[in-house]
Amino acid sequence: MPLAALTGSRLRAARVALGLRQADLAQRADISPSYLNLIEHNRRALTGPVLQRLADALGQPVAAFNDHINAPLLEDLRDAAARSITLPEVDRLQEFVARLPGWAQLTADLHAQKAVLDRSLAALNDRMTQDPHLTASLHEVVSAVSSVRATAAILVETDDLEPEWRARFHANLAQDSDRLAVGAQALVGYLDGFGGTDAPGFASPQEEAEAWFAAAGWHFAPRLPKATPRAGPLSAPAQTVLQVWQDRDARDRALVPEAALTAAMTRHGPDPVAIAADLGGDVLAVFRRIALRPDTATGLVMCDASGTMTFRKPVAGFALPRFGAACPLWPLFAALGRPNVPVETVIETPGPNAQRFVAHAFCTASYPYGYHGAELREAAMLLVPDNGATGRVHPVGATCRTCARAECAARREPSIIRQ
Amino acid sequence: MTKRVLLIEDEANIAEAIRFILSRDGWQVQVLASGQGALETVASVQPDLVILDLMLPDMSGLEILVALRAQVSTTNLPVLMLTAKGQGRDREAAIHAGVSAFMTKPFANADIRAMVRQLLDGA
Repeated sequence: MPLAALTGSRLRAARVALGLRQADLAQRADISPSYLNLIEHNRRALTGPVLQRLADALGQPVAAFNDHINAPLLEDLRDAAARSITLPEVDRLQEFVARLPGWAQLTADLHAQKAVLDRSLAALNDRMTQDPHLTASLHEVVSAVSSVRATAAILVETDDLEPEWRARFHANLAQDSDRLAVGAQALVGYLDGFGGTDAPGFASPQEEAEAWFAAAGWHFAPRLPKATPRAGPLSAPAQTVLQVWQDRDARDRALVPEAALTAAMTRHGPDPVAIAADLGGDVLAVFRRIALRPDTATGLVMCDASGTMTFRKPVAGFALPRFGAACPLWPLFAALGRPNVPVETVIETPGPNAQRFVAHAFCTASYPYGYHGAELREAAMLLVPDNGATGRVHPVGATCRTCARAECAARREPSIIRQ
Repeated sequence: MTKRVLLIEDEANIAEAIRFILSRDGWQVQVLASGQGALETVASVQPDLVILDLMLPDMSGLEILVALRAQVSTTNLPVLMLTAKGQGRDREAAIHAGVSAFMTKPFANADIRAMVRQLLDGA
């Protein structure tokens, strides 16, 4: 039961409900009746533009025909499969989600929990080996235990111990047992506080901050709240990340005020480079201002010179990898290699539900340490959904491991998905 | 001639226990409570064995070990290292620096006695 079959069945049901003949719907959607027949009978895959035209012709949103496929859930399950040692039947993933949505969600939830536990374990390991306070506390306890053990053994094993030595070792024992009690209590108190640093459900402070920001509508309130709507108190690292974003947002708003941005978008459309030239602001500030306007369906990805994603505002239909490196074909990375050169490309996602976006990308270079210091780069990619976009279309994916494109010159590793 | 052991250990009660059990085995034990002056003490005492704590308050036992191995007169001096940290990284560093033997706290008295005897009898 591939996606096309489920979508085809829904299309057929919607057409019949409207009392339309196949020929009528095909004409409205500008496809041949025979092609529509194949689609409705689950024998042809659908592309995003064709599905859009069929949905328009039926007067319904595209989601009405594929909303049963939970795209984020699919992506999470693909990610889970990519990390498994024994590869499950990824080609039947959509069938799994469609037939057993509860089990599918449970699997994805367990995968997410495992990521959190892995991270906690790594943090705990770092803390055990690098935290000077913990090292000192453990040293204190182990030293006291060593002394107690050696002294107790002397008292037990030395039959002819002189009274003076016996009294001395008894005093040492009493002293060390006190020291041990204090050290153990301090250690327990220290370890008790360890669990409160990371909110559950997130694999990194950035992800936790992004979840908070998403729940807030990708819009900063005047003051940074201390609680996230979906996950309880924010961890300290996530609050730090959010504070950096909020400070940057305040600077962006000063550079690109809302009224000026609205007027410039009217003059130039969603062209961030033209808007920046018009307003005299920096281009990446305009990227962020466009993407973080209230109720906008525009995605934004930012990365540093290593290609690590430093900010992700998702957009429907474009999967952003939660773990691992992104698709190297993203215009983001083309821009990263050429600072100050604007890149605009129409990109298309893989799979039967292919979606098109106009991607604007730009990279800036800075030299915070002067002439003799390192160059820092920051790149951003704005994703504007546009299934009607024409011209040269560049196929991209999310990440190699979950990308279905078999013939890809940029592939780093085999995909778990067959095309 | 009674063989001499120099114990460099900042934990007074541990040092006292070790000195007691080794003295009863017939070894002459001198205790130094810090790493400061360790090299000078080695030069003056001329021990047959140094028992060295890894974590000392002023300088690490590893530094002392490296300095001992750098001097011709103490290149082959048996050094038993005691530590509260049993991790592989410390053990590797000590072995790399030329430690003769390694013992992790808390140790059994019988074990340290046997180790000292082995190191001194082979010296």
